[in-house]
Amino acid sequence: MVSPALGDEAAVLRLLSSIKDPEVPVLNVVEMGIVRRVELGDRETVVQITPTYSGCPAMEVIEGQIRQVLEDSGLPGVRLKRVYAPPWTTDWMTEEARRKLRDYGIAPPARKQELVQLDEEVSAPCPYCHSIETELRSAFGPTACKALHFCRACCQPFESFKTI
Amino acid sequence: MKLPESVDRQILFEYLLRLGDERLVLGHRLSEWCGHAPILEEDIALANLALDLLGQSEALLDLASQVEGRSRTPDELAFLREAIDFRNPLIVELPIGDFAFTISRQFLFDVYSRLYFEKLEASSFEPLAGIARKTLQEIRYHHRHSRQWMLRLGDGTEESNRRTRRALDELWRFTAELFQSDDLEAGLLSSGIAPDRPALFEAWQDEVAGTLAEAGLQLPREEHRVSGGRSGQHTEHLGHLLAEMQILARSFPGASW
Repeated sequence: MVSPALGDEAAVLRLLSSIKDPEVPVLNVVEMGIVRRVELGDRETVVQITPTYSGCPAMEVIEGQIRQVLEDSGLPGVRLKRVYAPPWTTDWMTEEARRKLRDYGIAPPARKQELVQLDEEVSAPCPYCHSIETELRSAFGPTACKALHFCRACCQPFESFKTI
Repeated sequence: MKLPESVDRQILFEYLLRLGDERLVLGHRLSEWCGHAPILEEDIALANLALDLLGQSEALLDLASQVEGRSRTPDELAFLREAIDFRNPLIVELPIGDFAFTISRQFLFDVYSRLYFEKLEASSFEPLAGIARKTLQEIRYHHRHSRQWMLRLGDGTEESNRRTRRALDELWRFTAELFQSDDLEAGLLSSGIAPDRPALFEAWQDEVAGTLAEAGLQLPREEHRVSGGRSGQHTEHLGHLLAEMQILARSFPGASW
């Protein structure tokens, strides 16, 4: 039985907000912007999702969890559809998501319009001491979405969420 | 899947294999560095690049699979085709060589890749244009990375300079293939699906020459050109690569974890 509470998209999104990104466990897949939209039909439930990075291995885990949660709630014919256009951008991450990242020790992505040119080296303020005396150590980190930095003020290495 | 009008299904499928295969094969090559790169950060970086390339190839082969419409999955396209059926240019299948060789190939490929996908974003085949826009976000990171390494290697020690020159000399003959067109692509060009490869060559050469000059390196001499990958004529290296890449899928059909 479909619970009446799940009659609209907003209710389904609230339900999906319980699913965390396995690689950034303080963020849920809705505030990340991975879940793009939900179409509710009588016989079919289609969830449009978009990958953050093409090869992100977390996507498969996330897809499995979304399917599980929706099927458990009794929604009919759950189907996931990967969409690539428009491409996912860190600009879709909510302010709330950025704050959570910072509190977790990961510098949030910059807003794209704040960057003069994306091709330039970009450093990030230290999430621990907030100093801007930081340097980019490597544009590639432990997951596709993160870069490695070092804070010269508090001598702490940290990660940032890359701006794309 | 709605196919573009006036385009043969098989031709479009073949074209998408070309795009998917070059990223699949290069991604697999890069993954061979995992655990072997000169420093930890670079090990992580190369693995990241490999992962991006594999993900991009998955999106392209998935589209190819839909276009083909014969229910071959992207995994089957990747793991159950023979070398002669692969459509990648030869440069991506060459063994990884030393670090200078890997980075030089990556740089030459990234510059091409960026120019190509900037045009592919405007493809009249909307699902392909969408993948191109996604891919380009990642290509920009790749290009920045390989360009910085070219500067460090060329302008580094005598040995890093010597090795990078040697790598460029070896790679040069394989670069022309990236800009060669054929009847298949000429047809797709006229319907606005595929970019004009030969038209990208000049911008590519200018940019490569600029970075090499900055790095204290020179453009290699024009040499005998080698090509054939897009029509299935490969070097002996591809078969060895596929043997390793495909053994699990072939030995344990349908395996999952």
